[in-house]
Amino acid sequence: MSFTKLTVSTLALTALAAGTAAARDQVQVAGSSTVLPYASIVAEAFGENTDFPTPVVESGGSSAGLKRFCEGVGENTIDVANASRAIREKEIAACADAGVTDIIEVRIGYDGIVFASQQSGPAFTAFEPADIFNALAPKVVVDGELVDNPYTKWNEFNADLPDAEIAAFIPGTKHGTREVFEEKVLAAGCEVTGAMEAMVAGGMSEDDAEDACLAVRTDGKSVDIDGDYTETLARIDANPNGIGVFGLAFYENNQDKLKVATMSGIEPKTETIASGEYPVSRPLYFYIKKAHIGVIPGLKEYAQFFISDDLAGPSGPLANYGLVSDPELSKTQAMVNEEKTMGEGM
Amino acid sequence: MADATANAHKRHGSLTQVDPRTRRRNAAEARFKAYGLAAIALGIFFLVVLAFSIIRSGVPAFTTTVVSLEMNVSPAEIDQAESGMLKTAAYTKLFIAQLGSQMQEQGIGGEVDPEAIGRILGKVGNDLRAFYQANPDAVGEPVDFTVNASSRVDGYFKGRVTREGLVDSRFLVATDLDVVDQLTEAGIITRQFDWGFLLGKDAGVDNPGGAGIGASVLGSFFMMLVVLVLSLPIGVAASIYLEEFAPKNRFTDIIEVNISNLAAVPSIVFGILGLAVFIQFASLPQSAPLVGGLVLTLMTLPTIIISTRASLKAVPPSIRDAALGVGASKMQAVFHHVLPLAAPGILTGTIIGLAQALGETAPLLLIGMVGFVAREFPTGFWDGFVEPNSAMPAQIYTWAARSDVAFYEKAWGGIIVLLVFLLIMNAIAIVLRRRFERRW
Repeated sequence: MSFTKLTVSTLALTALAAGTAAARDQVQVAGSSTVLPYASIVAEAFGENTDFPTPVVESGGSSAGLKRFCEGVGENTIDVANASRAIREKEIAACADAGVTDIIEVRIGYDGIVFASQQSGPAFTAFEPADIFNALAPKVVVDGELVDNPYTKWNEFNADLPDAEIAAFIPGTKHGTREVFEEKVLAAGCEVTGAMEAMVAGGMSEDDAEDACLAVRTDGKSVDIDGDYTETLARIDANPNGIGVFGLAFYENNQDKLKVATMSGIEPKTETIASGEYPVSRPLYFYIKKAHIGVIPGLKEYAQFFISDDLAGPSGPLANYGLVSDPELSKTQAMVNEEKTMGEGM
Repeated sequence: MADATANAHKRHGSLTQVDPRTRRRNAAEARFKAYGLAAIALGIFFLVVLAFSIIRSGVPAFTTTVVSLEMNVSPAEIDQAESGMLKTAAYTKLFIAQLGSQMQEQGIGGEVDPEAIGRILGKVGNDLRAFYQANPDAVGEPVDFTVNASSRVDGYFKGRVTREGLVDSRFLVATDLDVVDQLTEAGIITRQFDWGFLLGKDAGVDNPGGAGIGASVLGSFFMMLVVLVLSLPIGVAASIYLEEFAPKNRFTDIIEVNISNLAAVPSIVFGILGLAVFIQFASLPQSAPLVGGLVLTLMTLPTIIISTRASLKAVPPSIRDAALGVGASKMQAVFHHVLPLAAPGILTGTIIGLAQALGETAPLLLIGMVGFVAREFPTGFWDGFVEPNSAMPAQIYTWAARSDVAFYEKAWGGIIVLLVFLLIMNAIAIVLRRRFERRW
């Protein structure tokens, strides 16, 4: 093997890399693993139906995606960040520091968060936020007193629930889903059971009590899942008493394995989520760097394509996969057409 | 000392009689052998279980259920389909309409229900559109199409979906299965080997039938090319210098220790480094096999350096001495005599290092090669290095996380493909060693 040959080819490779680094012709997307399935459906259809190349969609989570989004402007940064929650003030500030000032926020629809268990397991068919709070909180109210959570079985605090060990598999803290779960279920349950009141009466400030409401017990009855829903599904499969938190689309794709529970008496369905009756749902977003529009070919077209009625509408492929389509889609469409950024009033 | 003499006296026992001490020592040896055998048996047991479960779960991925139909599309229909935005959906409608009328002719499934046919079919629109875009002459002529059935129908043939376990949903309802049975009898639905899985590219989450590992195999290939071209010369040069030329002092000691440490660094660290250095600082493209290859080069270098130094050390000093003795320069001695003798060991180490790099996912996560990436085939040899692509292990990881179970099966199939590549590389390493190894 001749060393000159190798050196020459190495140099050639480096030269090539330097030469082509400047031109990027595909849209680069990263972020939420909840939005990833929808983005991949859109990206595939975008590549098939237009003359633009298929956008690259990476996963990694909402926070990681927004962090990369806020790294700066330029071809070696991403153009679009997918997020299963709205961007935070702190992130907007970080973006602005790095020069990413004009951000277009696009809401693509809603996602329901459901509680499901094994098909052949105990009859978990109806939950209230209070049940989940009683099962998972580190401190609960028993006979008017705030005590360390004594419950090991569901029927100990609600006779309607089955006589089964508490085993909950909830999304880990890096997931956007966790935030919704805390806000819409734990906090609500904390309020209803009177734990919030008891904490404030016990001398806690309002803010501290609110934070304390979101904690979960650490004695192994509640397990954080940092991976994907497939991991939660595997854990549920192995544990007949297990209750898992899933996205609506994931549940619908695995209905033969999972049995869904109602929340506050409402069954999670596209209709109940769209109307807001089902309490545990959240909007899904993606964010566009306005500075990249016109620089990266196909970026605006991708955004318009994503939220067009043909894709994100109620009979489009996204809804067919499990997205709850946004009743105000036409507003979002107009906003993207005019490239209205977040500051310009929405 | 008194004890010793007493024992010495005892030791003169009979050779045919086993005294208690010897029995104990023999028993210890027998026990040790049993432990060893048990360890090997356990290892083989797990290997068999693993191989069995991989093959059982993965083999179905290599076949697919297809729907065959002779289609005849008029120019007006094409024009209408091309006028919309979601053109592929319009093509799917054309296919459904023609399949429906053919089913009615043959008396299958009663009334034509486009939605039911839609549930049976996979995403067929792009196959049709791509064909008619490439062959405009075929418009108005009868054309035979073989397209994927939906993942649920495919699962029905593979035993993943059963009539008993089926829960009616918008993806499949029980009566669809009756239609599927009738279509199978009529020969319209068949199962065949899935070349698309081996040669295809990744597909959206609602299109498991269209997903293939081909594009990410190419991604892995380009990465391995970069790793080979960079890490072999750099690694070999570094080890030759360290082994043959470097003065033995504290400085080279520190370098040696650090190379060994580098071999133990978790691979994700190299990913972070790659993101910071190659993408953010050097502005190399994201998601490109070139960057993946550079990162994996860093990871593979220590392995190659360590194995190369070991094989250089294994060449007897007499070879060097003889070469130097007849007047060769040090460089001539190394390059003409030592290196050829060490080559089999160097190549083995390199191939093992490459095989390790081939199975690596963690560093790729950070440089954007994990996700919905392996969507386009490279347009040319050099473009293959810089155009976004995924790699085999990353593709498998992505598939395993998708909600449709059909992708889980694809992930297992992908594992089989990856294992075949690893086995081939290891076999090459063994053959090279056998053919060129010299013993002294």
